[in-house]
Amino acid sequence: MARTRISLQGDPVRGVPMEIRTLIAHPMETGYRPGADGKVLARNLIRRFRCSFDDGARTQLVFAAELFPATAANPYIAFHFTPPGNGTLRFVWEGDQGFAQTETLAVRVA
Amino acid sequence: MAGRQLFSRSRRLVLSAGMGMAAGVLQLRPVAAAELPADLLAAMQVFAQGAAVREGRVVLEIAELVDNGNAVPVRVAIDGGAPATAPVVAMALFNERNPQREVVVAQFGVLSGRPEFSTRIRLATSQKLVAMARLQDGSCWFRSVDVIVTLAACIEGES
Amino acid sequence: MWLEAPLPLRRLATVVLLLLSGLYPVVMAQTVARPEPADPRRSGFDFMGPSTQAMQRGDDRNPGMLWVVDGEALWSREPANGGKACIACHAAANSSMAGVAARYPAFDAASARPVTLGQRINVCRQQNQRLPVLAWESPDLLALEAFVAHQSRGRPIAPPADPRLAPFTEQGRQLFGQRLGQLNLSCSICHDRSAGRRLGGSPIPEGHATGYPLYRLEWQGLGSLQRRLRSCMAGVRAEPYAFGAPQWVALELYLAQRARGMLLETPAVRP
Repeated sequence: MARTRISLQGDPVRGVPMEIRTLIAHPMETGYRPGADGKVLARNLIRRFRCSFDDGARTQLVFAAELFPATAANPYIAFHFTPPGNGTLRFVWEGDQGFAQTETLAVRVA
Repeated sequence: MAGRQLFSRSRRLVLSAGMGMAAGVLQLRPVAAAELPADLLAAMQVFAQGAAVREGRVVLEIAELVDNGNAVPVRVAIDGGAPATAPVVAMALFNERNPQREVVVAQFGVLSGRPEFSTRIRLATSQKLVAMARLQDGSCWFRSVDVIVTLAACIEGES
Repeated sequence: MWLEAPLPLRRLATVVLLLLSGLYPVVMAQTVARPEPADPRRSGFDFMGPSTQAMQRGDDRNPGMLWVVDGEALWSREPANGGKACIACHAAANSSMAGVAARYPAFDAASARPVTLGQRINVCRQQNQRLPVLAWESPDLLALEAFVAHQSRGRPIAPPADPRLAPFTEQGRQLFGQRLGQLNLSCSICHDRSAGRRLGGSPIPEGHATGYPLYRLEWQGLGSLQRRLRSCMAGVRAEPYAFGAPQWVALELYLAQRARGMLLETPAVRP
């Protein structure tokens, strides 16, 4: 389980966009870099990030990103979310070597 | 120490780009489409899904002085926000000189509410960077800048 | 009357008046009590670009915080051998560890020499938790070190006024001024004499260890002061001392004295 940090900027208000900042610990090995022995280190990247919101009735996409070797290690991804009401945010990171991690965050609107 | 490669590929690029480079201030020189190399244009066309790609509307915020090409903060947004009639569906970042053209391709859901995102990217060397946006009506916009990367002076061995 | 005076006299008078007006603030300064001069020392933070500074300042942006969060989990985790977790003796770290990192390296009576924070954590693991030591630069040791040092963030670096530390600090001072390697440079030549100037495209900082363990963009990860000093030695083409060598402790002691009063930033971000 990679360490993550997720923070919502401010208190959720129905219909008002707010920024979400995410951090996840991951080396994002490009597959281009040689190691100390001169052999290229195997590619190990997070390839996909997805944030969706479940209000109890349905799940809708907030933001998704396809990542490439040019994404820095320990990826930082920040985007906006407009809460339609109460529900649960779901964050999924997936990638090479079977990497898959999910975090959830309950949202209560003012 | 014997048998170890002294410089990784990225460091060789570092050295070649480092020679004679002006220290300090980064020039964010806007770049016209005509100056973009063919493989970069090809990647942009794939994202555009056949639409004409026009220059403008996209905001590309990147550090004026890049401390280290391993982690360069960037923000991609739409100047003045997208029109309500044609919200932004996707945005992407492309580069000129990394081993691969794509940097990130982002998709905006109905619950996004603001067409922008921030992340940190790797820049192997000084190069052109292209940010693009595709709107719901199919129209496609781009902005391109020249980025100069200042590099680590002391190249260390493998710890 | 002024205009009636001959031109050369007017010129002389003008020069004299300008000289006197320049002397005025100097004269006044001697007679008026002056405030303490601001600390001329600058942290490596000041040499970074604004976006890297923003990366350090925001806890939700600072990649070093991922290690701090890891360390927090380790602090409470009961070891597999059934022994005590850190929290069992030390309770909440934000109170028990507040100010601790700011006064390290500290003298360890048992070994009759100073120890760094990382070494102290390992001593505790061995003696009080009956656990094997954590390897140098291992993720768990870095996480614990980052978590403990983070509890002193914002506090002034305050190496203890312990006379037993004096010979080791002096050793560190000598090492700092000693020329090394094929490039025949000492720490002092770059970081005392040439701080603020540029090497390649990068500014040379003053070399104050104010934020360790820190996230170095060049490493794409968190690392210790020892790692940074070793890479500096490799940079001047000298064979670095081994991990855990007494020279590192002496240097760290001297650096703490040199940075006395500057604020701890752990986990810092640096290029």
